[in-house]
Amino acid sequence: MQNYDVIIVGGGAVGCAVAYTLSQYDLKVALLERNGDVAMGTSGKNSAVVHAGFNNRPGSLMAHLCVDGNQHFAEICHRLDVPYRACGKLVVGFDDQDMEILRGLVETGRQNGCRGLELIDQAEMQRLEPGMGGVGAMFSKSTAITNPFLYTIHLCEAAMLGGVECFMNQEVCKIEPQPNGFAVLTQTETYRCKTLINAAGLYSDKVAAMAGDDRFCIYPCRGEYLILDQHASTMISRPIYPAPHKGVGGLGVHLTTTMSGNVLIGPNAEYIDDKNDYATKPAVLEQLFAEAQQLCPQLTRNLIIGQYTGIRSKLVAKGEKNFGDFIIEESDRVPGLINLIGIESPGLTASLPIARMVADIIGRKQELRPNGQFQAEYRGPVRFREQSREAQDALIAQNPDYGEIVCRCESVTKAEIVQALHNPLGAHSIVSIKNRLRATMGRCQGGYCTPKIVNLMMEELGVAPQEIDFRHSGDMPFPGRVK
Amino acid sequence: MKEIVCDVAVIGGGPAGMAAALSAAAEGAQVLLIERNEGLGGILNQCIHDGFGIHRFGELLTGPEYAGRFAQQVAAAEGIQVLSHALVTEVGADHTVFCTTPKGMLTCHAKAIVLAVGCYERTRGAITIAGTRPAGVYTAGTAQHLINLDNVAIGKRAVILGSGDIGLIMARRLTLEGVEVVCVLEKMPICNGLPRNVQQCLKDFGIPLYLNRTVTELRGRNHLEQVVVCDVDDRGATIPETTETIDCDTLILSVGLIPETELLRSAGLPVARMTNSTPVNSHLETEVAGIFACGNGLHVNDLVDNVSAEGECAGKWAARYAAGERAGSAIPVECGTNVRYTMPQTLLPGETARLSLRVLREAREQTLVVRGDGDILFSRKLSHVTPAQMVCVELPGIVGINSGKVEVSVE
Repeated sequence: MQNYDVIIVGGGAVGCAVAYTLSQYDLKVALLERNGDVAMGTSGKNSAVVHAGFNNRPGSLMAHLCVDGNQHFAEICHRLDVPYRACGKLVVGFDDQDMEILRGLVETGRQNGCRGLELIDQAEMQRLEPGMGGVGAMFSKSTAITNPFLYTIHLCEAAMLGGVECFMNQEVCKIEPQPNGFAVLTQTETYRCKTLINAAGLYSDKVAAMAGDDRFCIYPCRGEYLILDQHASTMISRPIYPAPHKGVGGLGVHLTTTMSGNVLIGPNAEYIDDKNDYATKPAVLEQLFAEAQQLCPQLTRNLIIGQYTGIRSKLVAKGEKNFGDFIIEESDRVPGLINLIGIESPGLTASLPIARMVADIIGRKQELRPNGQFQAEYRGPVRFREQSREAQDALIAQNPDYGEIVCRCESVTKAEIVQALHNPLGAHSIVSIKNRLRATMGRCQGGYCTPKIVNLMMEELGVAPQEIDFRHSGDMPFPGRVK
Repeated sequence: MKEIVCDVAVIGGGPAGMAAALSAAAEGAQVLLIERNEGLGGILNQCIHDGFGIHRFGELLTGPEYAGRFAQQVAAAEGIQVLSHALVTEVGADHTVFCTTPKGMLTCHAKAIVLAVGCYERTRGAITIAGTRPAGVYTAGTAQHLINLDNVAIGKRAVILGSGDIGLIMARRLTLEGVEVVCVLEKMPICNGLPRNVQQCLKDFGIPLYLNRTVTELRGRNHLEQVVVCDVDDRGATIPETTETIDCDTLILSVGLIPETELLRSAGLPVARMTNSTPVNSHLETEVAGIFACGNGLHVNDLVDNVSAEGECAGKWAARYAAGERAGSAIPVECGTNVRYTMPQTLLPGETARLSLRVLREAREQTLVVRGDGDILFSRKLSHVTPAQMVCVELPGIVGINSGKVEVSVE
């Protein structure tokens, strides 16, 4: 049995932010993740927007932590080598009623302490985003975009270098109370801890119940997205949202630019029963494109290169009028259990302030001494495509593998793939490589580089084809050799 | 960073690029042939079936054999320097070519450039099949690479969507490797592959081909378990009553090829809707003087013989451009009845030209007609035309058109 001060259940943005934050202190910390990698749930399946905080109810934790997270996001991205762009965002109105809603947003934003909100007329909107539909807009200067995969992965890898132990493919199936703590059981292992952090996202209700606190119910709410080719980035240069209408369960179908230049369309909002149902639906994908064309009439279908689905962890059921704020607290029924429940949007933006609150809760119960091993800064593999030609030439001189481009659409080199395979967390599936480096994410969707990546994985990891994972452990994309 | 100069830089060492390099060198040009892989041949290296070279060599060759004949000539030719393991990331309108190689970044200043960059396959995402994102979904070419070149197996029971030639060939290939191919589905009312492939790859193996039928959804959380299929009407709308599910662990997509346009775009060239590539004149010169294009990067061909012919044309004129020869203004070709596109899109007056076109609809006993100022300038009988089969004709030189344009029809 392995003993820890703190066990974090869940390797999403929030769990990894908690791991990173706690690695500042002299605590023995473990993180358990049920998938083969971090950022495999909602953290990797969203709009990748760093929200400003004007959509959230004044006085709520959501509002307070979102504004706080937004104001420090650039700094943490800088420290952890995570892509970030302060591009702002437009919320577009199509009629007088929408413009009234936008005035309301500005007021909400003011109450929440957001900076840089202004209403702009059609001419100014057209100047910022030529070709956009709508009669006017609210411009939010402090909204930004990031790469949520690298954000989560780099938080986790920095935490690991700081001494946090991370265990993948460890789904918690039982939690037993122990004197002064918990025994956390997975299919294969038992871990013991004093403090248990429940950062299990969609499954945070189940984890709380396993630990003895059965008051919560997470309602999964699915959102589907279409991914557009990077050519679409010539059409818009920042996220474009419609004025939000009450009761839709999300912020409305929007267009979002991404760090890579792809444009996302989505998400819709549909309450579902199965927390693992990531399938897209034909009618929804049709509807998404139609709604996106309203916002941006110049969009054409041949720009579509992919699709994905994310699932929101909602605390409010379909049709309920209640407001579901983040729950960030030590359970009053189960001492030592810190619940992070209902962390939906803006959870990514708020993840570090949430982690800070967790540290404060622990700090009230025990003295937190600094950890000498803490890694405040982290750098992932150098992103070749972002370098100048001179810098690229210098990289190749150091390591000729930089001169070998494996993924042509995204200019990902062999050197980067080899590093990703051997980094602190490692990458054990084709999707893990994709999430770290963007290889297979381009317009040919891995048509060119999949065989090259498979060969590199076999070489570097010393495995047979049937031992390679696609997304999940054991999903076996290749049954073996042909002959 | 290394810099080099040459007369003609040919980008891409597949069939189009090798032919272009050879014809440019035959004109006396100093040629740099740039290839991203280790060896020449491009996609032909994974096409281990036969059927290549009927027109050019009068015999049935495998892909590697066809490529090998050109590669030998390239090795023997004077004036061709092959730069392999080099990926071109950008081409400037000033004829600068930027390459990434394991020996460092390299900049080539060329007098003329031939883009012979090939195409990529349309994916599941591009045709928006809904459902999960499981393991076991491959484009036909990727599956072909994994099986033929990497010795990696991809599944046990496959459905193939799309009746393009690679899909048909993979139906046979998978069957020969012990994979059960349940069926081939084609959303269109006609087969997209060559008739000979339908016979040799499907009928000879008893694999059914269903037209007007497509995959609408993928099922399976981790690995593909089922595809949902259904008929489509003549407008392409699905007919829900015809829905059924097929158990399979592999879906192969052969749903179209799209020319690579990154380098065209970097040189500031426009990309037209019909060919998904850039317009050219009858020298295969693009709208940027001295930049030529050929092969599947210019428009998707069905026969490699035509690709080689285009490469030869582009290489020859690129060499002459490098030697100082300039083309004059060209006559636009408009698409008339039942013509989806023509390539080239403009004709140089007084010069013979090789005109390729695709029709919109299948038809029998047709005539290809070229008109200018209302007069018939050229006509050719065509016994059977289908959208899947490209039509190629040699046009005589055209002069003295007052309206400044010609129209091509198949009627």
